[in-house]
Amino acid sequence: MSATDDPHLGTAEQEPLGPPPIAPWRESWHYFLANRGAVIGLVVLALLVLTAIFAPLLAPHDPTMQYRDALLVPPAWLERGRPEFLLGTDALGRDILSRLIFGARFSLVIGLVVVALALVSGIFVGLIAGYFGGWIDSAIMRVMDIILAFPSLLLALVLVAIIGPGLFNAMLAIAVVLQPHFARLTRGAVIAEKNREYVTAARVAGASNLRLMVRTILPNCLGPLIVQATLSFSNAILDAAALGFLGMGAQPPTPEWGTMLAEAREFITSAWWVVTMPGIAILITVLAVNLIGDGLRDTFDPKLRRS
Amino acid sequence: MVRFILNRLLLIVPTFIGITLVAFIFIRLLPGDPVILMAGERGVSAERHAELMAQFGFDQPLWKQYVDYVSGLLHGNFGYSYSTKKPVLSEFMARFPATLELGLCAIVLASVLGIAAGILAAIRRGSWIDQVTMGTALVGYSMPIFWWALLLIILFSTKLGWTPVSGRIALTQFFPSVTGFMLIDSLLAGKPAAFWSAVQHLILPTIVLATIPLAVIARQTRSAMLEVLGEVYIMTAKSKGLTPRRVIWLHALRNALIPVVTTIGLQVSVLIGGAILTETIFSWPGIGKWMIDSISRRDYQVVQGGLLLIAAVVMFVNLTVDLLYGLINPRVRYR
Repeated sequence: MSATDDPHLGTAEQEPLGPPPIAPWRESWHYFLANRGAVIGLVVLALLVLTAIFAPLLAPHDPTMQYRDALLVPPAWLERGRPEFLLGTDALGRDILSRLIFGARFSLVIGLVVVALALVSGIFVGLIAGYFGGWIDSAIMRVMDIILAFPSLLLALVLVAIIGPGLFNAMLAIAVVLQPHFARLTRGAVIAEKNREYVTAARVAGASNLRLMVRTILPNCLGPLIVQATLSFSNAILDAAALGFLGMGAQPPTPEWGTMLAEAREFITSAWWVVTMPGIAILITVLAVNLIGDGLRDTFDPKLRRS
Repeated sequence: MVRFILNRLLLIVPTFIGITLVAFIFIRLLPGDPVILMAGERGVSAERHAELMAQFGFDQPLWKQYVDYVSGLLHGNFGYSYSTKKPVLSEFMARFPATLELGLCAIVLASVLGIAAGILAAIRRGSWIDQVTMGTALVGYSMPIFWWALLLIILFSTKLGWTPVSGRIALTQFFPSVTGFMLIDSLLAGKPAAFWSAVQHLILPTIVLATIPLAVIARQTRSAMLEVLGEVYIMTAKSKGLTPRRVIWLHALRNALIPVVTTIGLQVSVLIGGAILTETIFSWPGIGKWMIDSISRRDYQVVQGGLLLIAAVVMFVNLTVDLLYGLINPRVRYR
């Protein structure tokens, strides 16, 4: 973050009695907007979301349509390239640009579903472990340790081997592998918060366990969880593409980017564009999400913000 | 210190038991009958089926199966490969040096370059050096490494012809295997040509495998360095009139590297995940490719044994890093 444009000046003059209740979020948003990389990431992600939503309108061709007279046509700006196939075609004569546009749907849905599954189950498990403590905590956290003891891609692969290859199963497996990070974060935050005065006050006022966990404590642990969610989003996209590449994720002819790469592998010497394009799509998406994640981390970590 | 070590050792016992449980459950969760799975498409007669069920202990109660499984593990029995009929442990040992050699090269490259880049970015904070380094690190961190590998192959192997496309060494090179490391064995045999061939085969896989750890280490080093540079004792050192170079190398770096050691240790798990992809693409004969091949061949005893052995390696490395951390950071020891 650049030091010159400091939007914090506005709040710095306030009384040191404590921050007003809504201001922290607005303040965070200010910091986020001041981070050039994060804003670029957000814009790119927004464009990708629009591309995914309007894929049928944007794509010049049907992503599964095989043009038998146009096999391995290079991108339009190259010799032998044809204007109707902007990024060229693959070995079956399918338009690469259209496949990439439809592929955006898969990657974004993968990210969303995996993060939603991992986040909800991780928060649930972490809240219970942190709030109740004792043997419940020990038992839950040992299970999390065990999941984390395996390299995540390997564990995801083995899970897919059990439940069978396919996009949905790959998403489930990745969610299982990413979930302990959320559980650990939530548990740590809950333990740090649960003996604070405001929690005691709420308990004395008669709040139930469930209400204490979800309404009182959880909102105060959200910052790190949001950052972890962004990181998991990009990890999910990368891992799903890797599983697709290894033949254990989405199956052909699905225009999922990792699966497209797997199909393209044999043309590595003859048709570089078939290999290059899906990878660029993955890289841009993951990069955008990671830029947002970095911005959020700087926003939620006051220590980094001041320096 | 002894108590600290004992404590850490005790902590891994439940995790290890958990790992054996996961490996044990794995085969039983597979849909279908284990013996029919093993037999594959050839099928199996009813008598032979019962015989095999008894031979593998599948007719015993579950707890008995688990006890037998663990006692087998303690005697070094990690199961047998269906396809080669060899013990899983010896198959693992035959391939592990290949992965270890590649992994060590990658982690050394990632650590050296990553720490250097991180320091440079931190002491030139906000400059173009910082921005370029951290921008590159973010790209590296976001890289789908299987695609990165294909790009490097297109450029360096097919277009320029500088490096071989796959394998560990040229098929024309022969020398006795002593350590299992091609780089060392070729030198021991006194064959510089073989050594050069091994180096050429190593370059691209090492770069691919090092990419993500390199980015993570560079980012971590930078933020650790920035944190330390803001400490009071650095101000003291500066105000004592020490040269900036002395302050950075003697006072700041030592403390900044403590969290970096942990980061490097955590990268081992990432490396093994990366090795699965890297070894598959470069046909590197290590455990990553072995696992993928076994999964697609449905050689489930190998998958089970490999899973367990890999988790054990990761656990061992994490333990070592923990102990090392206690050694370089006295504050941890006395807690």
